[in-house]
Amino acid sequence: MTASGCEPYDLVVLGAGCAGIAGAVAADELGLTVALVDASAQTGGQFYRHPAPALGAVRPEALHHDWSAYRDLGRRLAASGVTHLAGHHVWALTRDDAATDAPAGATADAPWTVHAVTGPDGAEERPARVRARAVLLATGAYERQLPFPGWTLPGVVGAGGAQAMLKSGLVLPGRSVVVAGSGPLLLAVASSLAAAGARVPAVVEASGYLRYARSPRVLATNPHKAAEALVHGAALLRHGVRLRTRSAVTEVHGTDRVEAVTVTRLDRDWRPVRGTGRRIACDALAVGHGLVPQIELATALGCATRPVPDGTLALDLDAHQETSVRGLWAAGETGGVGGAALARVEGELAGLAAAARVRGSRVPAGRVRELRRRRDRMRAFAEVMAAAHAPGPGWPGWLTDDTDVCRCEEVTAGRVRAAVTELGARDARTVKLFTRAGMGWCQGRMCGTAVACLAARDGAAVEPPSERRPLAVPVPLSVLAGLEESGETEAS
Amino acid sequence: MARTPADLVGAQSDPPFEITFDGRRITALPGQSVAAALWGAGILAWRTTRDGGRPRGAFCGIGQCYDCLATVNGEPNRRACLVPARPGDAITTQEGHGHDRLGV
Repeated sequence: MTASGCEPYDLVVLGAGCAGIAGAVAADELGLTVALVDASAQTGGQFYRHPAPALGAVRPEALHHDWSAYRDLGRRLAASGVTHLAGHHVWALTRDDAATDAPAGATADAPWTVHAVTGPDGAEERPARVRARAVLLATGAYERQLPFPGWTLPGVVGAGGAQAMLKSGLVLPGRSVVVAGSGPLLLAVASSLAAAGARVPAVVEASGYLRYARSPRVLATNPHKAAEALVHGAALLRHGVRLRTRSAVTEVHGTDRVEAVTVTRLDRDWRPVRGTGRRIACDALAVGHGLVPQIELATALGCATRPVPDGTLALDLDAHQETSVRGLWAAGETGGVGGAALARVEGELAGLAAAARVRGSRVPAGRVRELRRRRDRMRAFAEVMAAAHAPGPGWPGWLTDDTDVCRCEEVTAGRVRAAVTELGARDARTVKLFTRAGMGWCQGRMCGTAVACLAARDGAAVEPPSERRPLAVPVPLSVLAGLEESGETEAS
Repeated sequence: MARTPADLVGAQSDPPFEITFDGRRITALPGQSVAAALWGAGILAWRTTRDGGRPRGAFCGIGQCYDCLATVNGEPNRRACLVPARPGDAITTQEGHGHDRLGV
C-alpha cells in the first residue's frame, strides 16, 4: 500500500535498522501509511547487517547476537503495508512551509520532503524525493576513530568496519587480527572474528571495566547486558583471546601493510606509560573508540542536542522521542548510543507517538508506560557505558607530529597543532579553515573528534565537534540544479 | 570450530565469478561488494592518496569514510564497500582524486 501520486505518506522513517523497522511497523499497525528509506539493499542496519541472499548463508544467526529479535521485526515488516525504499541515500530533509502563505503557527505540521540519491553507493544520479507528514530519524551511528602512528596503513580497519565486512561479505582483513580501542563493541567484534576463523592475539581496551561497578543499581536492573558481556567473554576465553585493559595500540608497523603493532599501557588519563610498549605480530588491526550518533539531518534543521558522557553529541529528545522540532522524532543511536534492544523500544515509542499525532490513533497507555520504563532503564545503562569508555584527556600523547589526523586531506597532527599554537585556532571549525582537516570526502566523520581534542586549550573542556553538514552525503551538482524543476522522481 | 566465515554461516552461494583488479583475475562470490571480493583475494589497498600517493583500501566498511574509493569499469570515486561486484567488472587502482587525466 503506497501513498499515490503527490499525496504524502503519514510517516517516513529514515534508516532500516532496529529502531527504524520497529517504528515503521508500530506506525503501520496503527493505520499510518509509512515509507522506510534506507541506503542499503537489505534491512537490518549495521547491527543486523547480513549476507546478501546470493551468498546462501544457511546460518546467518551465527554472526549475530539476538537474531530472533530481527527475525520478528522482519516478519512484522513483511506483513505490513510499509513501503521499503532501498538504495536511497538521503542528503537533506526539508519542510515545505517555506513556500506556503499560511499564517505563523499554522505551518507547524506542514509536510516534510526527504531528498535522496539512489544506487548502491548513491552514484546513479537518479534523484528521488519522498514527502511525509512526519519523520522518524533512525540513522544510527558511525564509528569514532582516534588516530595513532600508522593508522592509515592498509590492514588497519575500523572494528565495526571489520565486523560489517564479515557480516555482509563473509571476509576477514587478515588471518591474525588485533582488536583495539574502547567500548563494548570490541568484545563483540573479537568474538565474531575468532568464530569466523581469525586468530585474535589480543583485545586491547583503553579503559578499565571498574567504572561500571560505580553504578551497581543500573547494572542490577540491566542483567541482559551482563549476560551479553558473559557470552562474549566466554567466547574469547574459548578462543584463547587475551584481554588487555588500560592499554592502547600506539603504533602500527609495516611498509605496505600491517606486520605488527605496539601495545602500550595507559595511565588513568590514557597517557602512554613510557617503557611499557610491547610488540605483537599480526596482519591486521581492527580499531574503534565507540560510536558517534549520526544526526546531521536533524542538526541542519536546528534540533537541540545534548552532550553524552563519552564526549559525543546526541539529539535531545522528549519523553516520546520527539526532537525539539515538532513532527520530527528520533530513535536508537541518534539519541545516544545504547544498543539494539534500546533502539527497538525507542523506535516503537516514536512510531506510536507519531501515529497519535498524525492520525489521532488511540495508543494503549499501558503499552506506552511499559515501553518508557524499559527505555529509561536501558538509557541509564547506556549513560554508564558511555562514561566508562570516554576517551581520557591524555590520548593525544599517542600522536607524533607526522601522524595523519585527517585521512582524506592528509593533514598531520603537527599541522593541526601549529594551527592552534601559531594561528590561534580554538575549535575544530577554525582548524578546518586553516588546514583543510575535515574538508574532504568524509566531512570530518573520521577526524572530527581528534581535531576537536587537539584544538581545545590545555585544561579546557572539549566541545564535541558540531555535526552540522549542510548535505548529509555528497550530491552531484546536477541534482541540486534540478531541484526547482520537476525532474525529480516521486518515490511513492 | 569454523575455519572461514563461509563455514561459520554454512554459506551455499550461487556460483563464483571472475572480476579483475588492475588486470589480475580474482574470484568473487555473488552478493559480495567489490571491497569484500578484494579482501577475499587478500587485497587490502586499491587507492593512492592525492598528496602522499599512499595506499588505502576499505576502512569503515559502511560507506562513511570514503577511503575505499575505486575506479570501477572506468568510473572513478565509487565506494567499493557499497558497490556489489558483478561478473566481468574491471576494478583499477584509483590514483589521487580519480580525475588525473582531466587535469582538474
